[in-house]
Amino acid sequence: MNEIKLEPQPNLNRRDFLTKSSIGLAGLAIAPGMMLFDLAYARPLGEPASNNVRWGMLIDNNQCETGCNDCVTACNAENGLAGGTKATDSQWIRKVQLKDKLTGHVSSLPMMCQHCENPPCVDVCPTQASFKRADGIVLVDKHICIGCRYCVMACPYQARSFVHEVLIDQKTEVPRGKGTVESCTMCVHRIDKGETTACAEACSKAGHNAILFGDLNDPESAISKRIRAVASSQVRADLGLNTGVRYEGI
Amino acid sequence: MKIVIRLAAILFSVLIASVAYAADTPHVSHLDVGKGGQCVEEPQLMRKIHMNLLKHQRDETMRKGIRGQKYSLAECIECHASTKTNSVLGSKEAFCQGCHEYAAVKLDCFECHSNKRKVVVEASK
Repeated sequence: MNEIKLEPQPNLNRRDFLTKSSIGLAGLAIAPGMMLFDLAYARPLGEPASNNVRWGMLIDNNQCETGCNDCVTACNAENGLAGGTKATDSQWIRKVQLKDKLTGHVSSLPMMCQHCENPPCVDVCPTQASFKRADGIVLVDKHICIGCRYCVMACPYQARSFVHEVLIDQKTEVPRGKGTVESCTMCVHRIDKGETTACAEACSKAGHNAILFGDLNDPESAISKRIRAVASSQVRADLGLNTGVRYEGI
Repeated sequence: MKIVIRLAAILFSVLIASVAYAADTPHVSHLDVGKGGQCVEEPQLMRKIHMNLLKHQRDETMRKGIRGQKYSLAECIECHASTKTNSVLGSKEAFCQGCHEYAAVKLDCFECHSNKRKVVVEASK
């Protein structure tokens, strides 16, 4: 996460170096055993989600280990997904392998709903079941989803899945059902309790710390400081969707 | 003529008695109320409008993200799931299924929502 600071930076004088290091370091930990993402605060119960907040994630491709699947497993366990990878199975997050044909360098990254500011899935939904919550999380209201799958077609990230079969034993906090479309909810039930996402938690538990979750609108949040300090990009930035999930090192 | 009147009277009294009997013992079998206890509203009111309360709140929770309000399907299940099966479905005695079967009203909630109590209560021994 902080290797960028270890590279020689000939143009920096000592003062600049110290300032920039501290910005980068603030994102890591504020005390031993206490990660900054714990500071994501919970709204008081009964208060609606606010657009003062925009939840997002920064995925560091350099830290993401090829072959590690912990974020996917954690997502499946958290949301009660079966974990199949057939075309008809629900996949909220999946690992994508990238290979640079020129250099042969192979890397992988997790791909999921990018929680766009201008989500195409919301544009095309005929029943307004696909919607964006005030805090930037894109969700499906399955009560009014008719299963037409326009959103599945519209999503440039192939992030949405359709539930083809009757489901049993869903999680209390994650209702899912046949005939509706679903996708990554950015663990909305956890965020509302002030917790981080399951994938980010699993990634730091595995020691990779490749997923940084936080509030993009708060200039003091770890994620904001990080995207200010290092170059990050959106996948298919050309579409102008302004994704809430950003990638570093791709 | 007298006999006809008498027969009519007997028939009438039998009818009244059977109606009264039906009112005393409803067709719905004894419901397993689970843990039960104090409901968020009067039971009579809940029988009538629980669906409206749930529908109103579901939109607020889903769309606006308001959580922890008074009416919640998870809380219904928390109190009313059977202490034996931890579920509000599964039999004619089950709290949701039993009554919905009696009233012949389709119960859609549990095609997506969990019908099980989240914190498993020790089955009564």
